[in-house]
Amino acid sequence: MKENLIRAVLLFTVLAAGLGVSAQSGSQLRFCIRADPKTLNPLLVDDEPSETVRYLTGGVLLRLNRSTQQLEPELATAWRVSRDGRSISFTLRQNVWFSDGTPFSAGDVAFTMERLMDPSLHSPTGDSFRSGEGKVITKVTGKDQITIVFPKPIAGLDTLFDQVAIMSARSPRKEMAVLGPYYLADYKAGSYLLFNRNPNYWKHDSAGRQLPYIDSVRIDIEPNRDIELLRFMRGEIDFINSLDAEDYDRLAAQAPHTAVDAEVSLDAEQMWFNEVPESPLPAYKKAWFASADFRQAISESIHRQDLARVVFRGHAQPAVSWISPANKFWFDAGLAPQTFDRKAALQTLARDGFHLQNGTLRDRDGHAVEFSVITNAGNEYRERMAAMIQQDLADIGIRLNVVTLDFPSLIARITRTFDYEACLLGFVNNDLDPDSQMSVWLSSGENHAWNPAQKVPATAWEARIDALMRTQALTLDRNRRKQAVDQVQEIVRQQEPMIYLVNQDAMAAVSARLRNVHVVVLRPQVYWNIDQLAIGNRGAR
Amino acid sequence: MLIVLVLGGFLGATLVRLAPGYGIDEEELDTRLSEQSVQALRQSHATEENLPRFYFGYLSKLLHGDLGVSQSLHRPVRQLLAERFPETLKSVGLGLALAWLAGLSLAIASVMSRLWIIDLATGLLASILLCVPAAVLALLFVIAQAPGRLVIGLIVFPKIFYYARNLLAASASLPHVVTARAKGLGGWRVLLWHILPVAGPQLLALAGVSISLAFAAAIPVEVLCDIPGIGQLAWQAALGRDLGLLVILTMLVTLVTLVANSGAELVAQPLRSGDA
Amino acid sequence: MRRIRIAAILFLAVVGATCLMANLVAPDSYAHQFRDIPDATPSLHHLLGTDDLGRDRFSRLLYGTRVSLLLAPAAALLSSLLAALLGGAAGFVGGWLERCVMAVTDLFLAMPWLFLLITVRALLPLNVSPLVSVAITFALLGCLGWAAAARVVCADARALCGSNFVLLARASGASGFHLLWRHLIPNLTPILYAQFWISIPVFILTEANLGILGLGVAEPLPSWGGLLRELESFSSLSAQPWKFAPLILLIVTVSCFHIAVRKQEAWA
Repeated sequence: MKENLIRAVLLFTVLAAGLGVSAQSGSQLRFCIRADPKTLNPLLVDDEPSETVRYLTGGVLLRLNRSTQQLEPELATAWRVSRDGRSISFTLRQNVWFSDGTPFSAGDVAFTMERLMDPSLHSPTGDSFRSGEGKVITKVTGKDQITIVFPKPIAGLDTLFDQVAIMSARSPRKEMAVLGPYYLADYKAGSYLLFNRNPNYWKHDSAGRQLPYIDSVRIDIEPNRDIELLRFMRGEIDFINSLDAEDYDRLAAQAPHTAVDAEVSLDAEQMWFNEVPESPLPAYKKAWFASADFRQAISESIHRQDLARVVFRGHAQPAVSWISPANKFWFDAGLAPQTFDRKAALQTLARDGFHLQNGTLRDRDGHAVEFSVITNAGNEYRERMAAMIQQDLADIGIRLNVVTLDFPSLIARITRTFDYEACLLGFVNNDLDPDSQMSVWLSSGENHAWNPAQKVPATAWEARIDALMRTQALTLDRNRRKQAVDQVQEIVRQQEPMIYLVNQDAMAAVSARLRNVHVVVLRPQVYWNIDQLAIGNRGAR
Repeated sequence: MLIVLVLGGFLGATLVRLAPGYGIDEEELDTRLSEQSVQALRQSHATEENLPRFYFGYLSKLLHGDLGVSQSLHRPVRQLLAERFPETLKSVGLGLALAWLAGLSLAIASVMSRLWIIDLATGLLASILLCVPAAVLALLFVIAQAPGRLVIGLIVFPKIFYYARNLLAASASLPHVVTARAKGLGGWRVLLWHILPVAGPQLLALAGVSISLAFAAAIPVEVLCDIPGIGQLAWQAALGRDLGLLVILTMLVTLVTLVANSGAELVAQPLRSGDA
Repeated sequence: MRRIRIAAILFLAVVGATCLMANLVAPDSYAHQFRDIPDATPSLHHLLGTDDLGRDRFSRLLYGTRVSLLLAPAAALLSSLLAALLGGAAGFVGGWLERCVMAVTDLFLAMPWLFLLITVRALLPLNVSPLVSVAITFALLGCLGWAAAARVVCADARALCGSNFVLLARASGASGFHLLWRHLIPNLTPILYAQFWISIPVFILTEANLGILGLGVAEPLPSWGGLLRELESFSSLSAQPWKFAPLILLIVTVSCFHIAVRKQEAWA
């Protein structure tokens, strides 16, 4: 019921805007991205700039509506996941053509899936479909019918198709022939990308007009946030997809209508200790970090409210788990964030034999408690959070050294040499389904940050998490999956291998001349409905 | 000269290769990737594991005119250089012209003038430009929508000014110059006949060095002012630990430095022998 | 002119004394975070306002000046000495030594030193104290910053070797050391002065940028470079002109040094 209501409202806004949008010829949407896309091949996308290109150009079978967080039909008009969760059947839309005029058929879907699942391609998108050994079989049962069978059941199978841009099996232009609203017309590395509207785009608005409304999109590559903001204020670009807190406040003061805070996002900032047994740390430090009491005490002595208020200027909230409140279905509302309590922290520490001596915390054997936290340089939020945590910990007699490193050096330390004590980092989260985080939570996972790629789970609680994560992956009923995932979150909350700090808000800047904008927390926050965006003069309605 | 060039490339490659973080992709942290894909990602750099072998393989390709393909930008290095080198030449040339014009004329004014206020004012101007971070200068130019290339000139100017002023002042205090002045020779004649010839070789050496200073200044300026030149390319290559591209860029900068400095010496030689 | 000089020296004395006694003069600790008033405007208690974390900017400026004003000249001295030694020897001896030193100089000018700095960071332990880290950083800068000056010094030394008065001294039987000490070194000082004065602000600024590599000053210790980094977020500047205070202090200090020393040069 609620969904229908939202749809109705959306439809109405589209209609209303459609009336105002009359002559759009020659209109151009302009915005900036931070870096060059690393690839133009939609199957290999792994970075945000490449994802932008794919989102603009790629046609997908199913699209996750970024606002309602529900799947919607696109190139497939209907779909069905089999009972055993191993196969999915699509009914495809007919009379659809690629941007270069080649017709779209089930053969293209089969071709795309075969390319995607080629093990030598090492596609991140493809890997998310890989649940077990064996071949993926595509069965074309008619011109518009296709069934894809996987060797093992896959949790949340249909949602994964949001990432699969269908490529043409026959077009000589290969990946440049697209089904999305725009095609890439020009690209100057390090400078800009230019997209023109796809003349063969299948979608029409309710009045029968072909989408998208805007003729071309120019994306400038601008690594500097300050300059991006300056260009926005000058009206050279139409929006900023993700704004930081400082810029948001400044913009809100100068041009209140352009700054949008879409509330808390999916991303979390967290800190964890190195618990790798083979790490080059002294034994007594390994013992600290392996103690759940120690980790909990650190977590208790961090003032998350202050982090959110000072560092993020109130545009964030204390985090409780890796699933943020923005994730409508999967968020566990029963969990409460760790409260700031210095006394409790000292009591927890005392349980492990830690004691204060002349203002310095010492362990049972008299070692002064001092450790370093590494974070990536250039990220002001993290540098400031680290400085505040440093102060918080100093208040319980712990000396924290903050070290900022360039990103490759940081990754080398946390994945290769394990020569670090604690790390402060945020993981970008694009997927709603927790199944995409398997490699973080399985103790054998490469991304099991605090102690990756374990042969056997090092602790009982990690073994329990392994079991629960496997259960959720094999269960098809969403509600039962959620119960398992909730339990994982509760264990993580108790053991604190990851100390969750804050969830930042998704903030954006949107020019007043841009219409039909509805900023959401899921990426791409501003242009998720790119084919419906329109440019109109102020008051032209 | 060729040896220095090759050595430059080799040392550059060694520095890049030995620094931690080489051969590491951010993508490794992607939670979707399977174990096999992470391994494959790590293996993709294994060919460059053996540095001497990489370097000699690279050199032989280079001798055949093949500059290779940039790993981070996925484009032929030759094409990247062809696109970007003229941009940088333009910025560096303009910057140097500005820096020398301002630096040398202010230095001369400061040395020749007997007004202490000029000495003070020129010194203050140079101090200010020396103290303002390059990034701030560049950003100010972006705000003012002024051509960013000029920033290179502003960064190099104070250095040229200080060296030139001190050199000229030292020459001006030489006994024969003081005598000439005492004899009532005009200021310009003293400058042209006595001071400049003495300081000439040093100024030429400074000219050679200033070219590499300008290239160094081009990196932050091009990055911030969005000028698609070699400096921006070098920054991108450094961020991406793009070994092949970095080696070429190091060799290119070494070449420019060598040519500039040797050129300066060649010009200075007749001057010196003439002086002696 | 004399009055200006005295004013400059006085100013330097005041700056020096204030910084050395920062513990007594500073109203607050440089690390204390007044979390209720981040980004505050100047007031009686916080003369230059507070930074993003609510730390008193005036206190940070005092402590930062102490760190930078001590270490930057030391590093500048190191680089000038290296330039004098290598450039002077090359110019004086000439021949193959000159060619070798100049080749090394050229290489030094062209190398991507960024990666050396990254390697140095990797070799340092993570729990190094902020002060040691900044000292190492400045030492590195001193070791890497000599090349450009060495070329000019070399040209100067060569010119001097060919000049009349050195020839005269040689003819009168002066030894090599005597020549170097009595005639060459004093005549090289103008260039070395230039190198020294240029290096100080350049090193102060470079130190701030090295924070990106985990070198330089670590939290919570302030430095001039770190304070100047605040200027890089320019959009807030017009509204908060007091953020320019560190820059103005740096410019004034460097200029005062020039004025104080230049006249001594002229008198010498």
